[in-house]
Amino acid sequence: MRFKRSALVLLLALLALGTLVAQTTTLNFWTWRPEDTDAYNKLIAVFEKANPGIDVVLTAQKNTEYNTILSAALAGGSGPDVFQSRAYGGLETFAQSGYMEPLEKWVPELKKFDKAPLRGATSIKDGKVYGVPFASQTLFIYYNKAIYKQLGLSVPETWDQFLANLQAMKKAGVQPLANGGKDGWTLEVLQGAICPNFYGANDFFDAVMTGKATFQDPRYVGAIAKLKELTPYMPDLFMGVSYTDMQSSFINELAGHFIGGSFEAGYFSAQNPKLEYDVFPAPVAKKGDKPYVSVYADGNFSMNAGSRNKDAAAKFLKFLAGKTTGDFFIKDLKQVSAVPGADTSSSPYIQKVLSLQKYNTPYIMLVGFRYQQPTGSVLLQAALQGFMAGKFDAAEVGRQVQEGLATWHAPFQKK
Amino acid sequence: MTGKDARKGLWIAFFVLPGLAVVFTIILLPLFMSLFNSLFSWNQLLRGDFVGLGNFRKVFATEPYRTRFFNAIGNNLTWFLVTMLVQNSLGLFFGYLLSRRVPGHEFFKRVIFIPVLFSIVAVGFLWGLYLRPNGLFNGFLKLLGAGGLQRAWLGDENLATFSIIAVNIWRWVGFPSLVFLAAIDNVPVECLEAAYLDGAREGTIFRRIILPLIVPSITVITVLTIIGSLNVFEQIFTMTGLDGSPNFSTDTIGTLFYRTAFGSVDSGNPEIGVGSAIGVVIYALTFGASILSIAGLNRKEVEL
Repeated sequence: MRFKRSALVLLLALLALGTLVAQTTTLNFWTWRPEDTDAYNKLIAVFEKANPGIDVVLTAQKNTEYNTILSAALAGGSGPDVFQSRAYGGLETFAQSGYMEPLEKWVPELKKFDKAPLRGATSIKDGKVYGVPFASQTLFIYYNKAIYKQLGLSVPETWDQFLANLQAMKKAGVQPLANGGKDGWTLEVLQGAICPNFYGANDFFDAVMTGKATFQDPRYVGAIAKLKELTPYMPDLFMGVSYTDMQSSFINELAGHFIGGSFEAGYFSAQNPKLEYDVFPAPVAKKGDKPYVSVYADGNFSMNAGSRNKDAAAKFLKFLAGKTTGDFFIKDLKQVSAVPGADTSSSPYIQKVLSLQKYNTPYIMLVGFRYQQPTGSVLLQAALQGFMAGKFDAAEVGRQVQEGLATWHAPFQKK
Repeated sequence: MTGKDARKGLWIAFFVLPGLAVVFTIILLPLFMSLFNSLFSWNQLLRGDFVGLGNFRKVFATEPYRTRFFNAIGNNLTWFLVTMLVQNSLGLFFGYLLSRRVPGHEFFKRVIFIPVLFSIVAVGFLWGLYLRPNGLFNGFLKLLGAGGLQRAWLGDENLATFSIIAVNIWRWVGFPSLVFLAAIDNVPVECLEAAYLDGAREGTIFRRIILPLIVPSITVITVLTIIGSLNVFEQIFTMTGLDGSPNFSTDTIGTLFYRTAFGSVDSGNPEIGVGSAIGVVIYALTFGASILSIAGLNRKEVEL
């Protein structure tokens, strides 16, 4: 008798548990930003409160291993329902492999997004949108306000004014530029910040994309040659100066300028809250030219095409495409959110970045030429190292990039 | 009798199988998987059509793969030659000195061997810091009054590979030293005494008696150096990065393989087919070179 009763209780308990499980959907969500886990959990709590029955579990993977882990998980059928995905060529890897769900149908909010960030979430092969863009990055020049004030310098507009400022710092015994060349990608960033104003920004970008111009074009070669004018103001033995060396010399106020991306600001302020810095767009050739900045989409949130909880995943993605998430990116992560109409009032820095984006051009190799190997980035980074070290001239940089890209960029092959 | 044999066989299997299973799943299986993968074309992460040796043809004969591959192999060769010449000669020298019981030899034996125990990643990271333009090493040069010799050790195309090799020699020289020390200590005392009594000089004894008798150790060290030089990866990865920076001057087939097969955040998409082909080539080279050197050196071995 007693046995029967306890069996009944157990059965009822199991049934209750079953219905409870049926009511909660667990969404697995992956990010490559372990440093932002706490912040993301705050955002997830807001979503869960508004959507009872959906339980979002956040997993952070190491940035550099993220692609490898994610592709293994997706191929093995154990991938997350929603995940951060890379933009442009990095998106293509997963989109073309069929691991990502096209999102136009699920997330109508995408229609309101800006064309520039959407480009990073769109496959070049089928033109479908595979992600909700989360942030954009901008390349420009950071300067130390205290040093500027002390030396009586003003923010330069033209290249000559910029060089004059660098010269003034050098004379005063301050390291003018923090930049070095040990890590090839920092040289690509340098090119992305400085060169568009010399190669003719969007016109040239469109021309190389369609094959109307090549990287051996005098405009591009001339722009690359300009970088050499900066070497006297870089640190001694700058080819041995790594990215972290660059950061530490700017953070510790040893260097007056840091040519880099908008993603640095959060780290700069966190490491040295007393650091007074501001940014300006790369200088133009002559007064009155429009100062262009290179802009690119940082990444997206995507849905696993094999997810068993697509409805819940879509709800979460709609939330990630909404204003709450946009405000969160600006306020908590100090990132320039891609969500249209996000509130920037909490951050003068982001307002500034957005104002610089008025004249924006795609960050050339990442946006246009990272779809196959050898990517424009690989070619350019290595060639710039040779060029900055004085091994060869700017024309050779153009030649190496052009020849490498011609192996797969169809418009270059017709020539 | 047969029952006993069977039981013995079962026991042997019991002890061998776990090891065999590990070797099979983490060594043999991936090896054949990469051989299999290298025969297909890949569309991003999906296996496509069978292309036979197409991926190998790409590696050896098609630009830009060919330039990258031969550049990387060239660097592996540099690794081998410099390691063989400098590290193993130093190892032999240290081993010999220690075997002659120089004053403080017990102390030096430990000092030389300690870096072998360090994690390769930690060594790479720390030496990466020491070799910075304003790092310890350049500071040390300045202190010595040799400030003119300061260089961007890891950022200069002509120096970067040699700098990394030098660090690796610092880390690993203790290993050949101890192997040679053990080998020299095993040379029968009678032979040496007889030679001394005959009036042979130290140099002659080393050349005519010690060296021929330690050929087996030289073989082992040579084979390990070949394998080590072909598999160089962590040192590059931690000191100059996956891209073989600067300007591919430190690229080896290990970093080339990783970059091609898995892609990297800053450089682009994975090409699993070509990557697997490079992996198979690395295996074939390692295997072939080891067989050749063992066969070649066995002939020079002297038995008492």
